[in-house]
Amino acid sequence: MKKILYTFLLLLLNNNVQASLNVFACEPEWAALTQQLAGDKVSIYTATGALQDPHQVQARPSLIAKARSAKLLVCTGAELEIGWMPVVLRESANSAIQPGSDGYFEAAHFVSMLEVPTRLDRADGDVHAMGNPHIQTDARNFLPIAEALSKRLTQLDPANTAYYQQQLATFNQQWHTAIAKWEKQAAPLKGVSIIAQHKGFPYLNNWLGLKQVAELEPKPGLEPSAAYLGQVLNELKQHPAKMVLRAAYQDGRPSEWIAERAHVPAVMLPYTVGGTPQATDLFSMFDDTIQRLLAGLK
Amino acid sequence: MFNKIYFGAAIAALLVHSFNATAASDTDLQTLRDQVQLLEQRVNQQSNSTPVAATGAISEGAFNPAISLILSGTYGQLQQAEASATGFAMSPNNSGYSQGFSLKESELGISANIDPQFRGVGTFSLDPAGGISVENGFVQTSALGNGLNLKFGRYFSGLGYLNEQHTHAWDFVDQPLVYRVLWDNQIGEDGLQLKWLAPTDMFVEVGGEVGRGRGFPGTDRQNKNGSGAGVLFAHIGDDIGIEHSWRAGASLHQTHAVDRVSTAVPDFHNGFVTNSFSGDSQTTGLDFVWKYSPNGNTANRYVKLQGEYFRRKETGDLTYNTAGTNITDSFDVTQSGWYLQSVAQFMPHWHAGLRYDQLDSGTATVGAMNLANVISNYGYTPKRTSLMVDYNPSEFTRVRVQLAQDESRQGLADKQFFVQYIMSLGAHGAHQY
Repeated sequence: MKKILYTFLLLLLNNNVQASLNVFACEPEWAALTQQLAGDKVSIYTATGALQDPHQVQARPSLIAKARSAKLLVCTGAELEIGWMPVVLRESANSAIQPGSDGYFEAAHFVSMLEVPTRLDRADGDVHAMGNPHIQTDARNFLPIAEALSKRLTQLDPANTAYYQQQLATFNQQWHTAIAKWEKQAAPLKGVSIIAQHKGFPYLNNWLGLKQVAELEPKPGLEPSAAYLGQVLNELKQHPAKMVLRAAYQDGRPSEWIAERAHVPAVMLPYTVGGTPQATDLFSMFDDTIQRLLAGLK
Repeated sequence: MFNKIYFGAAIAALLVHSFNATAASDTDLQTLRDQVQLLEQRVNQQSNSTPVAATGAISEGAFNPAISLILSGTYGQLQQAEASATGFAMSPNNSGYSQGFSLKESELGISANIDPQFRGVGTFSLDPAGGISVENGFVQTSALGNGLNLKFGRYFSGLGYLNEQHTHAWDFVDQPLVYRVLWDNQIGEDGLQLKWLAPTDMFVEVGGEVGRGRGFPGTDRQNKNGSGAGVLFAHIGDDIGIEHSWRAGASLHQTHAVDRVSTAVPDFHNGFVTNSFSGDSQTTGLDFVWKYSPNGNTANRYVKLQGEYFRRKETGDLTYNTAGTNITDSFDVTQSGWYLQSVAQFMPHWHAGLRYDQLDSGTATVGAMNLANVISNYGYTPKRTSLMVDYNPSEFTRVRVQLAQDESRQGLADKQFFVQYIMSLGAHGAHQY
């Protein structure tokens, strides 16, 4: 009996020894970035899909199992995953990826946060103490994150240092070129008034110069009432907007409701890799985002 | 840090300067604005290039310790007075609700990492009638690694699916009948629990517990060494595509009861007596939960189906009518129960749920001396159907309405109506599976 048990244990433990570095990416954009920087040196598991609200994920058994064998965890941080990641980390009992260890990477630490609340009060809705966590909508944010992530990969897998450095250099060069292209394409969007379904676009607005005049959520995380939507509609008469923005994972009804009445297009943005059929990697995600915004302008 | 102080001082100096220069010209002001902007840019650049050390944004460390308070209350409309389910008079019968308005227990939770090795959790239940009880008070390891998790102190046993969930996370106002009669709603243990998560792609977890056995079906052990109860459990689970996920489990609980007293037990003489049981108690359980969500986006819509089955075998001696005739003879019985429930989030912030409960009190094998006293077979199947709708406008608020057709007591069918609120304040709660 004991022998069988030991054999079983050994088999299971052997399973853990794999050639490539296991990466647990909380959101698709970080999976895509890791892919760019590490190629086939890593094997990536993406915890959430592009059509899932990353605030609202549950600590599913599959997530716990995948976190168990990860050597590197790449998440947004800034409390975006606060509802489920602490449970997943705890239950995974994997000391390599606990907060503070080398295997724990939070992208939000490497960019300047926007909308950091000056007071913490739930009367203001589901506010994030560290600022708005939706940092992936500004392409420029990927540069410092890529650099830090590449450094982390090197730390964890020094044998492939040269490869990671080369990948980073390539990415940096391509990304700089792409940013210049996107900024040029997006020039007509500067100063354009928009409505956001959820306060999810401050970084995009900040980057492309869009002007957010209203939100469809009275407070972050709260459902808009019919009365509130009516009020927004009234305000729109004074401050007209060009389009209503929402992320692919969000229920389309509130923005369609307002779009129909305010006679503006409802624009759905991929928000992350996989959010639309066109957004297959980080580059096409921004290509598609800008195309959709420009189409909304017409 | 230094940058911030430097920046702050510079701003202060500029402010003082600008207050003094009340008659400053527009060009002066413009220069000042430019200077502030320049400083701002510098600070931003520097904070960009020198990222702040990880402050543990994903962990609960934002509030150290994380403190939460759950406030909850109900309004209950019942047609019948409380009574235990037919055939289960020797089991606990704590429904957790009452007629009219009532405050439910307020739950105060405090948790934090103790040091790099340990995390501590304290959950204190404030009884509306007064008094505080320690619901949970455990320490758990955070750095054992290799899939090992050790917990010690007072915790909810890991058996079944619902047992570990706190009251405020329940989908209905009350627990399923099988939990009420077999586990006194929820079995907490003083002891230690060791879990091991296999390093496999699929979720495979096994765990064991040894403890005092203080709660039903055990009896508190006083002046006795060793362990009073043991639990073994295993869970497996996975996703199927991105839309489906599931977890299934099996558990075994074993304890020994010494002089477990039950009052108001019906007997063959049409009376109600006090009995006492001493013997072994062994319970096996099966549980499963399956969840479906379009695109895996639980924020919009989902369906959850869950069910559990428990079967308890007790073997020992029963003392009949301890206050009167006081006759002791052997008593063996196997009782079981199950429930099946489904909850759907049919639109964001709204849930509807349906639950069916059933119990089987079994046929007891009663020793010869008590054959004429103790009822061995009640010939009745307690059952109940509950329907609920709840609305949670924010993640921290829930208001629920529940209707139940309770036929758990023979001849005392009851239509029940409840309104409940559950509010949580403080630290962000966990999205448990």
